[in-house]
Amino acid sequence: MDLGPYAAFIVGAYGVTLLIMSMIITWIWLDHRQQTKTLADLEARGITRRSERPNEGQP
Amino acid sequence: MAIIDLANPTRFLTLVNRVLPWLALATVAAFAYGLIRVIGAPDDYQQGATAKIMFIHVPSAWLSMGIWSIMSIAALGTLVWRHPLADVAAKTAAPIGAAFTLQCLITGSLWGRPMWGTYWVWDGRLTSVLVLFLMYLGVIALWRTIEEPARAARAVAILTLVGAVNLPIIKFSVDWWSTLHQPASVLRLGGPSIHPTLLVPLLVMGFAFGLLFLTLHLAAMRNEIMRRRVRTIMMLQAGAAAGH
Repeated sequence: MDLGPYAAFIVGAYGVTLLIMSMIITWIWLDHRQQTKTLADLEARGITRRSERPNEGQP
Repeated sequence: MAIIDLANPTRFLTLVNRVLPWLALATVAAFAYGLIRVIGAPDDYQQGATAKIMFIHVPSAWLSMGIWSIMSIAALGTLVWRHPLADVAAKTAAPIGAAFTLQCLITGSLWGRPMWGTYWVWDGRLTSVLVLFLMYLGVIALWRTIEEPARAARAVAILTLVGAVNLPIIKFSVDWWSTLHQPASVLRLGGPSIHPTLLVPLLVMGFAFGLLFLTLHLAAMRNEIMRRRVRTIMMLQAGAAAGH
C-alpha cells in the first residue's frame, strides 16, 4: 500500500489513536483489577456490606 | 430481565459481566473488518492517501460529541429522575470522552498540516472542539474535587447541561463562520456527499469505534460501582469502629 508523500502524517495519526486507546483500555483494566482485589481483601477479612451478610436481620 | 431492573446496580453488574466478553469480541471483529475496508479504500481524488486519516478522525469527532450528549441525558437522569446509575454513567463516560476528543484534535492536526499547511487555526470548529476537550477535563476535575458522590453528581450534572450548549456550536460552526475545515459531508440534510467507496469504510469504522466506547463505558461503570461498594464498606467499618 503506497501512502504517498504524507505517509508519516497518516501513520502518525493511526499510531496516536492506537496509543490513546491502548492507554484508556489499560487504565480501565488495571482499575478493575484493583477494585476486584480490594473487595476480595475486605471479604476475606469478613468485612462486607450489610445486604451481603448471610444472617443479617434473621432470628 | 426488564429494563427497569437495570436500575439495580447488582443486576446491572450481572448483566455487564455476561455481556462484556461478547462486546469485546464484537469490537475486535468490527475493527478487523473496518481496517480491511480502510486498506482497500481508494485514495481521494484531491487528498490522495491522506484521506485515510478521515477513518479515525471522523468517528472520534462523532464520539466526542456523542459522549457529551450521553452525559447530558445522564445529567437529566441525576437531576430529574434520580436514577441510581445515572451519575455512574456520567462520571465514567467523561474520561473516555476526553480521550476521543483528544484523539480527534491530534488526528485533525496531523490531517491539517499536509492539507491546509498548518497544524492549527483558531477558527470556529477547531476552537469549539478544544473547548469541548477542556470541558471534559473540567468535569473530571469537578468529580475529583467533591468527595461525596451525590453532591459531586449534582454539580457535575449542572455543568454538563450548561456545556451541552457547545454541541450545536461545534456542529454548525462550519456553516456559521469562515473556516479551513470542510463542511458536513456525512450527517447533512441532502444526504452524504462522500462517494460510497469511502463512505462505507467510514461507517464501518464509526460502528467499530461505537462498539469500543460501549465496551469501555460498561467496563468503567462496573469499576465505579465496585469502587462505591468499597467506599460504603469502609465508611460502615469506620462508623462501627467509632461507635465502640
